[in-house]
Amino acid sequence: MARLHVMERSEAQQVVDNLHSALESRLSVSSLAPCPVEFTAAYIAMCATQSCGKCTPCRVGLNNLHTLFNDVLENRATEETLDLIEKTARSIYLSADCAIGYEAANMALTAIQGFRDDFESHLKNHACNFNQSELVPCVSGCPAGVDIPGYISLVEAGRNTDAVRLIRKDNPLPLVCGYVCEHPCEMYCRRGMVDDPMNIRGLKRYAVDHMEEDYRPIMAEKTGKNVAIVGGGPAGLSAAYYLAIMGHDVTIFEARKHLGGMLRYGIPNYRLPRKLLDQEIQWILDCGIDVKLDHRVEDVQELRDNFDAVYMAIGAHGENQLGLEGEDAHGVISAVEMLRAIGDDIHPDFTGKKVCVIGGGNVAMDVARSSVRCGADKTTIVYRRRVADMTAQDEEIAGAREEGCELLELHAPVRIETKDGQVTGLVVQPQIIGGLKRGRPAPREAEAEEFTIPCDIVAVAIGQAIESDVFAEQGVPTKWNRIVAAEDGSVEGLPGLFAGGDCQSGPATVIRAVNAGKIAAGNIDEYLGFNHTISNDIELPPIQFKGKTSCARCEMVEREANERIEDFELVEKGLTDQEAHQEASRCLRCDHFGFGAFRGGRINQW
Amino acid sequence: MVKPAVKESMKAASAEQVATAEQAAAEKAAEKKHPAPRAKIGSAEPKKTVSVTIDRCQVSVPENATILEAAKSAGINIPTLCYLKDLNEIGACRICIVEIEGIEQLVASCNNVVLDGMVIHTNSPRVREARKANLEFLLSRHSSNCTSCVRSGNCSLQSLSNQFGISELPYKVELGKTDWPQDFPLVRDANKCIHCLRCIQVCDHIQNVGVWDLSNRSSHTCVGVKGGAPITETGCTLCGQCITHCPTGALRERDDTDRVFNAIADPEKTVVVQIAPAVRAAWGESLGLSKEEATVERMATALRALGIDYVFDTSFAADLTIMEEGSEFLAKLGNANDASEKFPLFTSCCPGWVRYAKSKHPEIVDQLSSAKSPGQMFGAVAKSYFAEILDVDPKNMFVVEIMPCLAKKSEVAIPAMNDACGEPDVDISLTVREMNRMFNAACLDVASLEEGELDQPLGTYTGAGVIFGATGGVMEAALRTAHVIATGEDVEADAFKDVRGQDGWKEATFDMDGKPLRVAIAHGLANAEKLVTALNKGEVAYDFVEVMACPGGCVGGGGQPIHDGEELAEKRGEVLWDLDKKSKLRKSHLNPAIQAAYKDYLGEPLSHKAHKLLHTDHHSWQMPAEKKAAKQK
Repeated sequence: MARLHVMERSEAQQVVDNLHSALESRLSVSSLAPCPVEFTAAYIAMCATQSCGKCTPCRVGLNNLHTLFNDVLENRATEETLDLIEKTARSIYLSADCAIGYEAANMALTAIQGFRDDFESHLKNHACNFNQSELVPCVSGCPAGVDIPGYISLVEAGRNTDAVRLIRKDNPLPLVCGYVCEHPCEMYCRRGMVDDPMNIRGLKRYAVDHMEEDYRPIMAEKTGKNVAIVGGGPAGLSAAYYLAIMGHDVTIFEARKHLGGMLRYGIPNYRLPRKLLDQEIQWILDCGIDVKLDHRVEDVQELRDNFDAVYMAIGAHGENQLGLEGEDAHGVISAVEMLRAIGDDIHPDFTGKKVCVIGGGNVAMDVARSSVRCGADKTTIVYRRRVADMTAQDEEIAGAREEGCELLELHAPVRIETKDGQVTGLVVQPQIIGGLKRGRPAPREAEAEEFTIPCDIVAVAIGQAIESDVFAEQGVPTKWNRIVAAEDGSVEGLPGLFAGGDCQSGPATVIRAVNAGKIAAGNIDEYLGFNHTISNDIELPPIQFKGKTSCARCEMVEREANERIEDFELVEKGLTDQEAHQEASRCLRCDHFGFGAFRGGRINQW
Repeated sequence: MVKPAVKESMKAASAEQVATAEQAAAEKAAEKKHPAPRAKIGSAEPKKTVSVTIDRCQVSVPENATILEAAKSAGINIPTLCYLKDLNEIGACRICIVEIEGIEQLVASCNNVVLDGMVIHTNSPRVREARKANLEFLLSRHSSNCTSCVRSGNCSLQSLSNQFGISELPYKVELGKTDWPQDFPLVRDANKCIHCLRCIQVCDHIQNVGVWDLSNRSSHTCVGVKGGAPITETGCTLCGQCITHCPTGALRERDDTDRVFNAIADPEKTVVVQIAPAVRAAWGESLGLSKEEATVERMATALRALGIDYVFDTSFAADLTIMEEGSEFLAKLGNANDASEKFPLFTSCCPGWVRYAKSKHPEIVDQLSSAKSPGQMFGAVAKSYFAEILDVDPKNMFVVEIMPCLAKKSEVAIPAMNDACGEPDVDISLTVREMNRMFNAACLDVASLEEGELDQPLGTYTGAGVIFGATGGVMEAALRTAHVIATGEDVEADAFKDVRGQDGWKEATFDMDGKPLRVAIAHGLANAEKLVTALNKGEVAYDFVEVMACPGGCVGGGGQPIHDGEELAEKRGEVLWDLDKKSKLRKSHLNPAIQAAYKDYLGEPLSHKAHKLLHTDHHSWQMPAEKKAAKQK
């Protein structure tokens, strides 16, 4: 008998490990619609399987807790049951010996305290508190509700123009979204349970890049009503498009030289080529939309007097200040300012310069990567939390790294050093990461000395502000500078005034702005006394059951980093024909299989 | 669909002119209502055929046919359970699964299409095993007390289980708690529900009522009243379509047969039965009678065999309804110049429709005809006029109605329906299914019974009364009589037959004394909803509208015999139209028993007495939505 064994995994252990990773990927496919009580009950049962059985609270308590949850789900519970659940969970949480027990109980505590309403609903109505409205996971996950399985089937059938038409039923910016959408849909893609989620954005981009022909939308009869849109960003453009095809006369008032808002003044050319953006904007304007460029709206009342309805979509283009010593020095620039200049084709020359970018969001990445392209010698992204805590998308962070940006995590800017009014360095204080605060790990000062990063440029990318003061003075309700609008986009007390997009939600994504514009268009139409519907006029190919075949996801590839940093040209390459066809054929068609078959897989009109 | 033509036989000063104007108007209306559908972009070419192999049998079927349809065309039967053509093709029960070569998973045949070259096995070992397993899963959550289930012998789950030879279950049976007000006319047993979801689909899509929904998730998912609300607080119209579309005994009517047996046994009671028109078209189906055998006269004998004292026909009261409702309509037309007179007049003989209108369209309740339904008119006349003839105390008279309907159970319980003697005009409303159960309980061999005449005087009726049971029938009957009263000119009974047919929303324009009379008919409440919406939007305008809650009218009623997967309303309707065709009298005002009733008792249509007995105030009772609205006020 040997004294020691080499650690070896048995076949059975291998299978268990596979189960583990299957569970992991299954859970990472967020489902929008499990009953919260049901989910927590299953979670607790799952946690209990990890109990070694040594200690009472974990061995017995978790099981008892699970039984109590089942009483709720099987309509045997009373108010006392809920109190008992809370008490039981607290006792396990406080007395378990290890994390297996106390973390499971903590989850139960969070649940009963966080959504007691859902428990009450089971008690009272013997039903969940929520509407079972999830038809198709990806569509439910898309803020604009784009018919994703529908257009994927059209791409598969080689009908890219039809795919674009179908997308435009819900989103008039398919090109923009094909290039830069954050694709929340993919997070919910059920294909993720099998292997990987679908590359939905890749397929959208493929469709717009490969349209067989252009087409024009069907325009409704002129209504004789006119609508003013303040701001030509994604929200304003979306509203303008739908209102125009509904037959209303639309005028967009844009404060800057060009339309596009953050699409132009926030997203650099290498992610979203200007030429293509201009094409998409022009396609929308060709619906007969009037544009007043370089026209900053200051007087809401005047617009309301001259138009039957007004939609405010001014975005969030203001700058946030650091409030640090030396911030007014020459060489300190705001992200908004820099990207805006680039948007107007004014590229700063950073040749031979060292740049520090402060921030950890997508904008910080955009600024850093643009700096590289503007010739910077060295670009350092300074962030007070960890890279893992950055809000920027992973691919943006990776892109910045590949292009040679330094990521200095856990360093908080303290002040800007200057000489003769010119930036010479950024003083930073090392941080140590700590516990969760409002869901995010909070950094605090580490026991280490501050030091200076020598630099010529400090770019501040710590979020954008909404320039709403001028409107607030005129009686437009605001809160934290955000314009306050109801769910339908209307602004209380000012009939005919609607608002949406970043200026209402705070800085968010393109697709959320599209949704805001779409909703505003529908409700403005109704406000004007009409009931136009935007409907699907595409016949979809019949659904074919293909069975389950294993096939991983095709990713889009990027140009080599050392080549792409020389210019502002597009970084990402689209899917090839072969890849797009294979990718499209992976779609599990949740519009037909599963719940979609019952409630109907699509909303054909809105 | 729109029939604008002016009948030749009708009086019309300038028929052609009217026709043209009407045609234009009608076409315009039709355009608005049914905008010519744009051809969808990328619409498939005319159908090609594909070749598939099903169980070693090669067949050529149209492209886009489902596997189920393809197999059927090859004479191969694939079992189904949740499937209901066009309404519920959702692949939920997983009984219709088949094996396709080259695909690992089994495929639902009801909602997947055949592809060229597909090789399908409908009865392979894997298919049989999985089908049986799914049946066993369902049975492990099913209260299989077949011996005391109304659907025993007519249950799709039971027959599949028998067919698959399931004699014992490998799984433990786990049933949930059930909670249902047993005095509500519609009774649901959650433990018999197999989650086919048909009730939800019918209620949502055919009836636009939306009583049912899924609640909860995972293994706790259940079908029930939306949001867990009590059924008594919903807008349930009691149309009963969920019952007739339920494959099992999860949904049924409240059984009132004992109360009728008790009345029969009570020597004090004179038990009077009225048979609704649509009953004769369907009652024999579940008793093994042929269409020819299942006459109303044979039913009369069977009812007498139960011990019923008098057997009458609701068709008599339908003729009476025409007199009252027709007169009401003509009076309304005469008032047309008064701006406060709102058109159209809606029929009110369908209690499901009345419940729907009261719940969803309070704005039209005042436009519902005040005439009672034939069943209620009959009760009021039986307990007054006929009680006097018999010289019995109406309080000792027990009136039973045999109806193809569930909503009638709630109608007879409306407190204001007590105009004859202060007690309910109709004591009990039985569905056809309950009547047949009574025949069975009395061990009657119905087929061997002789036909018997109906009793008099409330057993005399015209063809116009009989067609009340089919969509368009009330309208046609009303027009036959109204036209004569309005113009003094008699036209042939078939002059108004354009209102017949199975279109969900029918329109026609007739000439009445030189003026165009615009009528519309809807059946199925989703169709009624479309019609009312269009009216409210001003897209259409009518003078008189007939609505029947059930598709096809009462012949398709929720109280009729159940045949899973079959829609028999059209066929049953033909029986009624046929009876009308063969009738000597086809216009209500020609019914001698009606004439006598007015002469001897009621006076004339809309007289004070007629008003008291034959009309009602639809505001005298409230649906839950009305109560809620009143509370909010």
